Amino acid sequence: MNSLTRVARSFGRFWWDFLVGDTPEFFVSVLAIVAIAFAIRSVHVAAYLVLPSLTVIVLVASTLRGRKAGDVPDHEH
Amino acid sequence: MSTSSTVVLVLAVFGASAVEMVEALTLVVAAGVSRSWRSALEGSAVAVAVLAVVVGGVGLPLIHYVPINALRVVVGALLLVLGLSWLRKAILRASGHKAKHDEDAIFARTTTELGAGRAEASGRDGVAFVVAFKGVFLEGMEVVLIVVSLGASQHRLGIAAVAAGAAVVIVAGIGALVARQLSQVPENTIKMGVGIMLTSFGLFWLGEGAGVRWPGSDLAILVLIGVFLAVMAGTVGWMRSLVPPPTGADAVDATGVAER
Repeated sequence: MNSLTRVARSFGRFWWDFLVGDTPEFFVSVLAIVAIAFAIRSVHVAAYLVLPSLTVIVLVASTLRGRKAGDVPDHEH
Repeated sequence: MSTSSTVVLVLAVFGASAVEMVEALTLVVAAGVSRSWRSALEGSAVAVAVLAVVVGGVGLPLIHYVPINALRVVVGALLLVLGLSWLRKAILRASGHKAKHDEDAIFARTTTELGAGRAEASGRDGVAFVVAFKGVFLEGMEVVLIVVSLGASQHRLGIAAVAAGAAVVIVAGIGALVARQLSQVPENTIKMGVGIMLTSFGLFWLGEGAGVRWPGSDLAILVLIGVFLAVMAGTVGWMRSLVPPPTGADAVDATGVAER
């Protein structure tokens, strides 16, 4: 493997760990939140209530999933 | 840009940089103690220089050539992913569902691994250089992302870089003073605070870029911080009640957020 391929692989692995890692639900949920933000941006009250609410739901749900999964080793940030 | 959001930006970057540098410093000290201080320090210095070049090389073009709203959506999404993952981990650790980051264990493991083939005290050692470089570079890349993201989206790249640099200097200074006492740093508490700020900034910029008008403009960031702080506190308390009664030395302390 030449050095360019190795660098490209390392670069790809860094972004994979950063964006997806052991919590792919965050990546998918944030994409959904972006789409929802564009969809409801003109409905101001809905927008600034819905976006934080969705974020809280995603955080709590993922944390609960982490509790059920137990203390498994993962990528340290 | 209001003063309050600039202060929050500085706190977020400083905290994130401090957390990552504590982790990096563990590896640098381990490489220095077990192999060669000279090479470990050289490796660290080269890594910091490369990271500074990345901040300038990526951050400045972003500010000048990418439309601000597109930048804010992308940056907001990145910060939100990063902030949520930090918050999740901090909540699991504070509530006793996940082992805390143990700098002592990492230090012991690294020094054992590096122990063989120790270089002369005054000589150069390639292994120490590489371990220190990788430790600082890999931990620092996350800080670079935060510096570039927050700095570029608020046109405050200089302030963000200075805050990150200050954290590096202070953590290195403390590291030099306390040597191997890095486990005393309340890393999970800092991580929790930074996670809240990254999540709040991320959601704010994502919404701004998409065209959402937040009430109070930049002051909405402080409201979001309050919301996520309350959610975090409630979730930690609730999840702590789901943990079996603690036994012996592994018990989480009364505050739940102190490292040990």
